[in-house]
Amino acid sequence: MPQQNLQITAVAPDPALLDLPWDVPLVDWPEDVLAALPQGISRHVVRFVNHGGRVIAIKEIGETVAYREYELLRQLHRIEVPSVVPVGVITGRRAPDGERLEAVLITEHLQFSLPYRALFSQDLRPDTATRLIDALAVLLVRLHLVGFYWGDVSLSNTLFRRDAETFAAYLVDAETGDLHRTLTNGQRNYDVDLARTNIIGELMDLAAGELLDEDVDEVAIGDALVERYQELWNALTGSEAFASDDRWRVAARIERLNDLGFDVGELEITTDIDGTKVRIQPKVVDAGHHSRRLLRLTGLDVQENQARRMLNDLDSYRAATDRQNDQEQIVAHAWVRQVFRPTIDAVPRELRRKLEPAQLFHEILDHRWFISQQAQRDIPMPEAAESYVENVLRHRPDEDAVLGLPPGEAEEAELEA
Amino acid sequence: MATVTFDHATRVYPGTERPAVDQLNLEIEDGEFLVLVGPSGCGKSTSLRMLAGLEDVNGGHIFIGDRDVTDVQPKDRDIAMVFQNYALYPHMSVADNMGFALKIAGTPKAEIRQRVEEAAKILDLTEYLDRKPKALSGGQRQRVAMGRAIVRQPQVFLMDEPLSNLDAKLRVQTRTQIASLQRRLGVTTVYVTHDQTEALTMGDRIAVLNAGILQQVGTPREMYDRPNNVFVAGFIGSPAMNIGTFDVKDGHVKVGSADVPLDRSIASEMTDADGGKVTLGFRPEALDPVPVGTPGSFDVEVNLVEELGSDAFVYGTLKGDAADVNLTAGETNQLIVRIDPRTVPDKGDVIAVSIQAGHSHVFSATSGERLG
Ligand SMILES: Nc1ncnc2c1ncn2[C@@H]1O[C@H](COP(=O)(O)OP(=O)(O)OP(=O)(O)O)[C@@H](O)[C@H]1O
Ligand SMILES: Nc1ncnc2c1ncn2[C@@H]1O[C@H](COP(=O)(O)OP(=O)(O)OP(=O)(O)O)[C@@H](O)[C@H]1O
Ligand SMILES: [Mg+2]
Ligand SMILES: [Mg+2]
Repeated sequence: MPQQNLQITAVAPDPALLDLPWDVPLVDWPEDVLAALPQGISRHVVRFVNHGGRVIAIKEIGETVAYREYELLRQLHRIEVPSVVPVGVITGRRAPDGERLEAVLITEHLQFSLPYRALFSQDLRPDTATRLIDALAVLLVRLHLVGFYWGDVSLSNTLFRRDAETFAAYLVDAETGDLHRTLTNGQRNYDVDLARTNIIGELMDLAAGELLDEDVDEVAIGDALVERYQELWNALTGSEAFASDDRWRVAARIERLNDLGFDVGELEITTDIDGTKVRIQPKVVDAGHHSRRLLRLTGLDVQENQARRMLNDLDSYRAATDRQNDQEQIVAHAWVRQVFRPTIDAVPRELRRKLEPAQLFHEILDHRWFISQQAQRDIPMPEAAESYVENVLRHRPDEDAVLGLPPGEAEEAELEA
Repeated sequence: MATVTFDHATRVYPGTERPAVDQLNLEIEDGEFLVLVGPSGCGKSTSLRMLAGLEDVNGGHIFIGDRDVTDVQPKDRDIAMVFQNYALYPHMSVADNMGFALKIAGTPKAEIRQRVEEAAKILDLTEYLDRKPKALSGGQRQRVAMGRAIVRQPQVFLMDEPLSNLDAKLRVQTRTQIASLQRRLGVTTVYVTHDQTEALTMGDRIAVLNAGILQQVGTPREMYDRPNNVFVAGFIGSPAMNIGTFDVKDGHVKVGSADVPLDRSIASEMTDADGGKVTLGFRPEALDPVPVGTPGSFDVEVNLVEELGSDAFVYGTLKGDAADVNLTAGETNQLIVRIDPRTVPDKGDVIAVSIQAGHSHVFSATSGERLG
């Protein structure tokens, strides 16, 4: 009986992996090692396995392709693109009768992830398809930004994770991918076009299985992906560099991104050595992270879009004060002391009850952008706050009743902490 | 029906200096099955993508038939990428799986059905049309994926490594299906692969690319029997051809202890730059085992014997005075000899072999181009 001569390729090979029944084709693996979790459609056999307190996904696939996909997933992981994390490749499998068995690629099962089919077989809000498409468009743009050509974009090759009201998308199948420094328009367009075809096909399939609301227009959703993608790509890649006293343009750019209604919000801002030029590079992040991040940095507990706005301002502050290399938390506290709190304090007490502090701040930022554009110069915050109070806030109705909160006091206490 | 012509077609990716495809000239006949083959990164996919209109052409032209399509949008080129989208949808019938791209394009229902039925007849899938894909075998599933391209009735089929992620058995099976289907349909096809065996078994003609440059075009036989240069010689054939650079003295090539006669016409093509050397290639099956000491033979020390049922191959080291040459056979730097599987030598044995007359290939030691 020919022995198996198993070879593991992994960053941190786990000898316990060898205890799995590699001499058995994956389709025939015993129930007791398998983890019953939802999975998407695929040509290869894919199984989830409980292994040492975690779940791994095992895919039987040709050896060359397995190594290739492993390497690509490693690179994607390294550059922090949302994708499944590779564990390793095992080759040299043989059945007891000597027959060679296919190599396997092992990845970590992505926790809380849902294949799109599982999402549709549950009772879900009617706009599920749209939200999935939004998430996929974001992922595709992120992949293209780092030079990753996917070659096989589809809902099946994407995993979705619930993220507040929306979804975050992860790449699961990198088999056909390629990583380049930058992609050509031809490469990007091909991905987008194939995504459209695949999505329409996948939705038509759900419709055929009566898993999709009858009113859903599959082709329109496919087209929506193309549109979302283009919008996002254009907004993200239009490169912008300007003199540092034109800082209002940072806010203008942020505004444009927020207007798109995407879960896009972080801008990376860099200044050159002598501080005369500012370059902005927007970054895409998962929804829900902003409020958590802001809380961690400043102790301020605000809503998602408010948090997003405040973090952007914090980033502008870091760039403006040339403190990109200082510890984030320290700069954040300085920002609270020097920007956030003085701005709120500039609003007379009796008017402060009209809006939550974070909302006030957000509106003042808006206002500053507005008057900076008009004046074609950077209006400093104190001046903006004063103008806002006189020209806007005085004329607004009280909102504390609407919010049902005692604004001011509670937040005030938090700020002291 | 259409011919395809690459006329000095060149692609330079932004931010790179060397063209990914450099002045490609290639004429593909109407109905021909042409395979583009070469190692990873040689520019196969780029060539195909230029033809598909997915990549800008930075120099030269591309024609489909008489029409210059260099600047024509992909959708207006009347070509189809086969296996571009191969997922079979479980809830949809086989017919819907084949026709859904037409449905997206807004083709009338009756026409979709008609085209799907025609394709199904060719693909031998008629009786499955109204069933779900679950009922199909692996091979039939591949045929449905082909059906998706066939129903579009394009002038040219394009395929980029369509078999690379199938398992070995299905790969061989699908290879045959694609080749025979293409012959029946007679649609001009450009097929990309890095696998020379696939190229040899499928193509009417093969175009070998290396580093963006076309090395040679020809029938599988021509490529095998008369490689134009050292690269093609080493790339085509499995196991690979033995290739080494040897001294020439008195009209003979010194291979180990052997003096292999060199054609006078070939010798006359050598230049001073060659420094009295030629590069000689001989396939493992062009070597005959002979008794040790036979004139014109050289000795090989056996390092390993690979037995493949009907064939056996010796991997060994060339012995003799002029043995310290840079001899390679594909990936290995050993010499490969095909031997009778019934008389297999042991590791460490020394065997003598001679090159069959007329079965060596001589290349310039400097340019690598074929001599004679
Ligand atoms: N690490 C993972 N975590 C969670 N789910 C996974 C993971 N890996 C694979 N899956 C599930 O298995 C399915 C199939 O995996 P994958 O797409 O890699 O297979 P494939 O055979 O290469 O697919 P294709 O037919 O598209 O080439 C996915 O859709 C996903 O649902
Ligand atoms: N966007 C890009 N930017 C820079 N170089 C690129 C880009 N896309 C492809 N290339 C390079 O062009 C060359 C040719 O690539 P191509 O994909 O055509 O090769 P291939 O022969 O199909 O290889 P493989 O067998 O790996 O698919 C490679 O060196 C590749 O890295
Ligand atoms: Mg997949
Ligand atoms: Mg390729």
